[in-house]
Amino acid sequence: MTYFDSKVISNTPLTDEIYVLVAERHGADANAGQFFMLKAWDNELTLMRPISIFKAEEETLHFMYRVVGRGTRKLAELKAGDTISLLGSLGTGYPIAQMKGRVALVGGGLGIPPLCQTAKELTAHGVQTDVYLGYRDVLFAVEEFEPHSANIFVSTEKGDEGYRGFITDLLKPEQYDAVFTCGPEVMMRKVAAMCAAQHVPCWCSMEHRMACGIGACLGCSIRTADGMKRVCKDGPVFPANILFQENQ
Amino acid sequence: MNLSTTINGVLFKNPVVAASGTFGFGEEYNELYDVSCLGGISSKGLTWIPKDGNEGIRVYETASGMMNSVGLQNPGVRAFVEEGAAKMRRFNTVLIANMGGSCIDDYVAGAELLSSADIDMLELNISCPNVKSGGMAFGLKADVAHEVVAAVRAVCTKPLIVKLSPNAENIVEMALACEAAGADSLSLVNTFQALAIDIHQRRPVFRNTYAGLSGAAIKPIALRMVHSVCKQVKVPVFGIGGITTAEDVLEFIMAGATAVQVGTANFSDPLAGQRIVRDLEALCDKEGISSWDEIRGCI
Repeated sequence: MTYFDSKVISNTPLTDEIYVLVAERHGADANAGQFFMLKAWDNELTLMRPISIFKAEEETLHFMYRVVGRGTRKLAELKAGDTISLLGSLGTGYPIAQMKGRVALVGGGLGIPPLCQTAKELTAHGVQTDVYLGYRDVLFAVEEFEPHSANIFVSTEKGDEGYRGFITDLLKPEQYDAVFTCGPEVMMRKVAAMCAAQHVPCWCSMEHRMACGIGACLGCSIRTADGMKRVCKDGPVFPANILFQENQ
Repeated sequence: MNLSTTINGVLFKNPVVAASGTFGFGEEYNELYDVSCLGGISSKGLTWIPKDGNEGIRVYETASGMMNSVGLQNPGVRAFVEEGAAKMRRFNTVLIANMGGSCIDDYVAGAELLSSADIDMLELNISCPNVKSGGMAFGLKADVAHEVVAAVRAVCTKPLIVKLSPNAENIVEMALACEAAGADSLSLVNTFQALAIDIHQRRPVFRNTYAGLSGAAIKPIALRMVHSVCKQVKVPVFGIGGITTAEDVLEFIMAGATAVQVGTANFSDPLAGQRIVRDLEALCDKEGISSWDEIRGCI
């Protein structure tokens, strides 16, 4: 974990509200499912903003974010050459090293970006990786998964593209040795329940408001079957069997 | 200039202390910088009975500040005494154990046990609700605060800091009551009780409706309170409230504080503690300050 100033390489809108920010990596660690705290302001805002790692390249870090409030609106104003402060990498990501055989990644909405780095690392680790991407209407980043996935399944709620309905309709957990999911909690609960029914291990990435991002303030603690856990430090990725009560 | 200062016989290498609740037990921030550069660290608030803390949203950004409702999640006094204190002792800095309670018996039990621990000072958080008086905080009425401080004083063998709530009915009366009850020093202010509303959901952002406001937004009010209190009490005061820069530290010292605590600024800038200490030395030189006595309480 380091805190450093980095230069923005690019900051590109993918849709009306989703952007990809690319910044210099400066040798920082970055593993699948981890995140960074980002700051692109002096005193206008108090808290840094947690953003997951979309892609970690040799020299650059890529963050995909949706403009939802004041912080992300500030991020969207960044231009190439601007300076951004990065704190990371932070948190506990997906357990890539212990995986083997076939793994399914199930993402929904802005839960999709961290699965891109995850697919890359799993594939590099020799795991066959199938990707299930659920969108509301507009697709983004699907092509980013192509080099790192055996199969890619896509859904939209109204069937604008791909399967019409929820991405969980397409998932058959019994075909996999493990399932990793990231997205809206309702989707992750569904994935976790489907996996539990088939005795397939599942890991979920949780989202939470954070203040320090490093495990000190306990502002992002959640209740689990294994006691209170800090999303920023013990997570954001947790085994599903400690998260959702219906699966305990 | 020599930045050191002494409070209740305890030597601080500089007057910058990490505020309770923002800094854990120092371990996480020590991965970013050597926290031994700080004057001291006030631990995460401890309670006699371990606490899971509050449900729902716990932190929320506001204009020039933030609100929190963490709810004193902590491993309990006993776990701290058995493990946490020794871990914190690795840092070469003043070690302050911060403790809250929900009834006087718990405060007394905690203070007794902490008196046997390897800590330098005990900081008493009296902003907690008293479960035996309908949940009203100990720190609102001077007579209630006097009672809990006197009870703790009777068993506490460490220098005793009492941390005041700015929500007290009268902050100066509160300070005088705590001093009379045996506080060796005071720290102020804790967070301001505040409200944020989610207009889409038409309900409060926080499960407990009210939550504590901190950060730069409260600094001028905190400074006024520190100033008013320092005019009236004889014991040393730790100034707290939105301190973000070395300039802020000087303001609090000129208002009468002997040391300060830095809280929310740790979130805005994870290196804030180290930066403020470094800047303070340069700033004192620039301002031609040669000792703290020269400026303390000059306003």
